[in-house]
Amino acid sequence: MSLALQDNIGVTTVAGDRTRRARQLTWFLALLLAGGMLLSLAVGASGTSLWSGVFDLVTGQDLALRDKVVLLDIRLPRTLMGVLVGAALAVSGAVMQGLFRNPLADPGLVGVSAGAGLGAIIAIVLGGLLPAVVTDKLGYYLVPVAAFAGSWASTLVLYRVATRKGRTSVATMLLAGIALGAIAGAISGLLVYKADDAQLRTLTFWGMGSLAGATWTKLLAATPLIVAALAVSPFLARGLNGLALGEAAASHMGISVQLTKNVSILMVAAATGAAVAVSGGIGFVGLVVPHLLRLMVGPDHKYLLLNSALLGAALLLVADVISRIVIAPAELPIGIVTATLGGPFFLWILLRQRGLLDM
Amino acid sequence: MTRLHPLFLLQVVTSLAIFLFIATTAWANEKPSRIVSIGGSITEIIYALGEEDRLVARDTTSNHPSVATALPDVGYIRRLSPEGLLSVNPDLIIAREGAGPLETMELMREAEIDLAEIPHGFTAKDVALKITSVADALGVPDKGAALADKVTAEIETAHASVGEGAPKRVLFVLSIAGGNITAAGDNTEAGAIIEMAGGVNALKGVEGYKQMSPEAVATSNPDVILVMDRGGDHGISLEGIKAHPALSTTPAAMNDALVKLDGMLILGFSVRTGEAVASLSQALATVGE
Repeated sequence: MSLALQDNIGVTTVAGDRTRRARQLTWFLALLLAGGMLLSLAVGASGTSLWSGVFDLVTGQDLALRDKVVLLDIRLPRTLMGVLVGAALAVSGAVMQGLFRNPLADPGLVGVSAGAGLGAIIAIVLGGLLPAVVTDKLGYYLVPVAAFAGSWASTLVLYRVATRKGRTSVATMLLAGIALGAIAGAISGLLVYKADDAQLRTLTFWGMGSLAGATWTKLLAATPLIVAALAVSPFLARGLNGLALGEAAASHMGISVQLTKNVSILMVAAATGAAVAVSGGIGFVGLVVPHLLRLMVGPDHKYLLLNSALLGAALLLVADVISRIVIAPAELPIGIVTATLGGPFFLWILLRQRGLLDM
Repeated sequence: MTRLHPLFLLQVVTSLAIFLFIATTAWANEKPSRIVSIGGSITEIIYALGEEDRLVARDTTSNHPSVATALPDVGYIRRLSPEGLLSVNPDLIIAREGAGPLETMELMREAEIDLAEIPHGFTAKDVALKITSVADALGVPDKGAALADKVTAEIETAHASVGEGAPKRVLFVLSIAGGNITAAGDNTEAGAIIEMAGGVNALKGVEGYKQMSPEAVATSNPDVILVMDRGGDHGISLEGIKAHPALSTTPAAMNDALVKLDGMLILGFSVRTGEAVASLSQALATVGE
């Protein structure tokens, strides 16, 4: 499966000076991200104005308590969370597609999504059975903690299954991931059957993802993992470029294939596990952002990874702003927005780039 | 007749103004006037207490009375957005137990907005407690006690008028979409209202609303099938029940004993529960005869 589709990545060609174009794009995306952050801080259901809030803070005037809560405890952690989660999902997607040499790959392939989903469902449905000591301590962090534990547990299982004599087979990992997904799906189904109405609603909403639950505590917990994972990713660029030619060719080029695999899997598990734990299942970003960029700057991971982080973060922020104002004062789950906007747009790009619309 | 001294007049006017000012601020301190109601039954109680003028927003589940839907909707009861709630500038949030998420509720506390959490349950006592809790939060305990007494009396009257004879077995069917039957077991609003109306829940021993196996449904032997009326042609019809292989052989289907009642009325456990018990017991007594 992975071999059959591998040429899709390599075949994408971008004419002209790719390096220059990639650098220009990076500047553009950085500006876009800055704009997205400003927008995310300035726009919301309440009339609280960012400018007068900042003015009051800077000039040392007392800010009304409600405006303070809106700006500092609601919008600011939410904006930062959007940046981190968007970057984590997009970079993880790019790394997975490179590692598996498969354009359909996303972080779900290392078991992160299935494991996180199962962890969340267990916490939501069976959380009441835990001793009060545990639930009191964790409070509403029970679901994020369980999701994170689930994502790591399943990645670990997959890695062990796919690794023999110190060599990890990505093909085995891909297939075992499908099997593990089926098992997790079955257990989830069983728990869904047991769940009551309220738990079912919670579960459904968790699956669609949201940044509305962003708090400073969650942000502080997720930041070290995601930042560390993002900081490691540039060092994977050369290895992933080599792997595009196949494992044998890559090792002839002097690339440590196994090390690349290990670091990639670890990086994706940390970034996606943390992202999914704090924001639920936000689809689409990890799959589509790297493809969009490949169409624009080509498949070189040296440019792809950084640009993915910037575009993923900007895209998620814009989607989040839309999700909070469309039906204000209520809110749409962000997964609905990313898929509704991103799906057709991606299709349009694909058709345009392949010249199908010109026929 | 002595002429009033202008200074005296001024004195009267100022003291009157001061009195009015103090009175209105005291009034404002005592009674929140920008209230968000979270939960369909809570909204219904606020309207029944005649305090709806103080509402500024509601949640998605608040759709009765229908005028309530004109209020801004702050979202689903378990998925409230913190900034959405703050945007209607409330001074009190009255929420049914279980409203959330907890993160949002914590932020409301941080913004120093009063939160009243109202307990929720499936008995006549719980309904009375719900009404008095809402009234206390609104600052109208007397009105609350009166309404609670009235509703309790209504429920008791309706319950007392349940006919003699063997109780009927009632199956509450939530959905037959795709041929799969989702029905009500124990610890559900539907199960509780069936018992209050003098019936027996045909699915005793099952927990919550569950998708049932056709065999379990067929052998649950319901005398009556109860469904929600969703207005117009929506919802479950007698033809649908008769055409369903598992339901068609039940006594209920053979005697055309199908009862359709407004969902919010029978499942709301609020001010109209007396009416709900009365109409359900009435329907149980006459259906299929």
